[in-house]
Amino acid sequence: MKSESTLEKILAAGHFAFTGELGPPRGSNVGKVHEKAKHLAGCVDAVNITDNQTAVVRMSSWAASLIAIQESLEPNYQMTCRDRNRLAMQSDILGAYGLGIHNILCLSGDHQQFGDHPQAKGVFDVDSIQLLAMVKAMRDEGKFQSGIEIDEPPRLFIGAAANPFAEPFEWRVYRLAKKIKAGADFIQTQCIYNMTKMREWIKRANDMGLTEQVYILAGITPMKSIGMARYMQTQVPGMDVPEEIIKRLKGVDRKKVADEGIRIACEQIEEFKEMKGVAGVHLMAIEWEHKVPEIAERAGMLPRPKL
Amino acid sequence: MIVAERKPFKEIKALVTPYRKVLTVGCGTCVAVCLAGGEKEVNVLNAELKISRKLDGEPIELGAHTVERQCDMEFFEELNGIVDQYDALLSMACGAGIQFLAERFPEKPVFPAVDTSFIGVNRDVGWYEEKCRACGSCVLGLTAGICPVTMCAKSLFNGPCGGTNNKSCEINVNQPCAWYRIYERLARQGRLDNIMEIYPPNDWRNQAPRAVIQPGYEERIQAFKNE
Repeated sequence: MKSESTLEKILAAGHFAFTGELGPPRGSNVGKVHEKAKHLAGCVDAVNITDNQTAVVRMSSWAASLIAIQESLEPNYQMTCRDRNRLAMQSDILGAYGLGIHNILCLSGDHQQFGDHPQAKGVFDVDSIQLLAMVKAMRDEGKFQSGIEIDEPPRLFIGAAANPFAEPFEWRVYRLAKKIKAGADFIQTQCIYNMTKMREWIKRANDMGLTEQVYILAGITPMKSIGMARYMQTQVPGMDVPEEIIKRLKGVDRKKVADEGIRIACEQIEEFKEMKGVAGVHLMAIEWEHKVPEIAERAGMLPRPKL
Repeated sequence: MIVAERKPFKEIKALVTPYRKVLTVGCGTCVAVCLAGGEKEVNVLNAELKISRKLDGEPIELGAHTVERQCDMEFFEELNGIVDQYDALLSMACGAGIQFLAERFPEKPVFPAVDTSFIGVNRDVGWYEEKCRACGSCVLGLTAGICPVTMCAKSLFNGPCGGTNNKSCEINVNQPCAWYRIYERLARQGRLDNIMEIYPPNDWRNQAPRAVIQPGYEERIQAFKNE
């Protein structure tokens, strides 16, 4: 094993992995993290702890990751390039690993203009692919980005994100290849709604032999409402929500829309279980953590393997 | 003005290695003044390239053309009919000019022959100093005409920091401490109250590509975009 991550062990053993997501609070309310974590514990193999997602200030992802560990969850520590330079990133990585964090997800981060401090200076000292290479060199060569040796390198399982839908579509699979080359051990994709395009993207990744080199976890976000679906379709950059999804949600009784959203998600998960090149699912139930046990149950993802 | 430095010869040569006919395009404005990419520098570069490629047994045909400004589309008109005769273009303009040239001739590979350094001043012939980072929210009125964003290595708005060292910056004894100079000049002018208050975190307006449309030109620009 490259790391001490349970997620890595589960994937290496050939189990269909299941990861979740937890957004830290906009304050120091530790209780909220505990509460969200309790819903996820036992349902997922690891939980992504977001890093000031949508460029809104929240409790730091490493701190919330440590709270997740207290709740017997394995955190997948998200790190964006927006808020820190290479010094801060590397020191946070050392501290995170030192305190028991074993997974990291390397991201560029949403631009600060989307968040609650649009006047902020974006750091972007390194980009997500450079960050991947930096973390890999820290782990495998025991060296900082500067080339200086590390006293006890951080042995992290390294993740990256991929968006199978953003333009240019033809380029997406090559960018995936770059992320693998830079150091990604696993990939979590953007929320998938356009299954046709997803199948094509995975086929191309299979054809290029990429899925032999990396574990791909397909991103799923169940729709809670028609409003959410429309918002995702029109307002979220890089998101591809086909009209059929909205039609399906509109086709059921108003009280059953959320249930239909979960049903669609479960159907997707069933297809991913059989899809060559997909090693698991990443469930992003945004501010819907309490629904994760139900979704996991309905998707046939329980019980989770104990390794 | 925009100050640039010519790239190392090896790097320029490597960029145009695959090409046999290259047009070197100079710029007659900022980069000519700072001796990086004007007509004279175009000729010097072409002479070096020609000799070097000849010695390699890979002769290259080079053209030279310097336009008034590469940051202005109208000055590219004189290149019409010339560019077609070449495989690639080597621009000696600043980064803005290079991009405009590439936009004007999108079928041709365009390569930079200079590194764009900064917005600065002409201290003396061949000696240029950075003065502005184009942050988009100028505080020079408060800081005695000395830019803390550019001239302070930490871009502090409430300096000087504890590292100021006998009027020098902590990074280099030859670099004056911007905030020491701001203090001195304001004190001399009796305007120290300018910096008594805490200056709040800056509104960084240079974090996304910007465009400026001056008042009165909105309709004209809209018509241009609609075309």
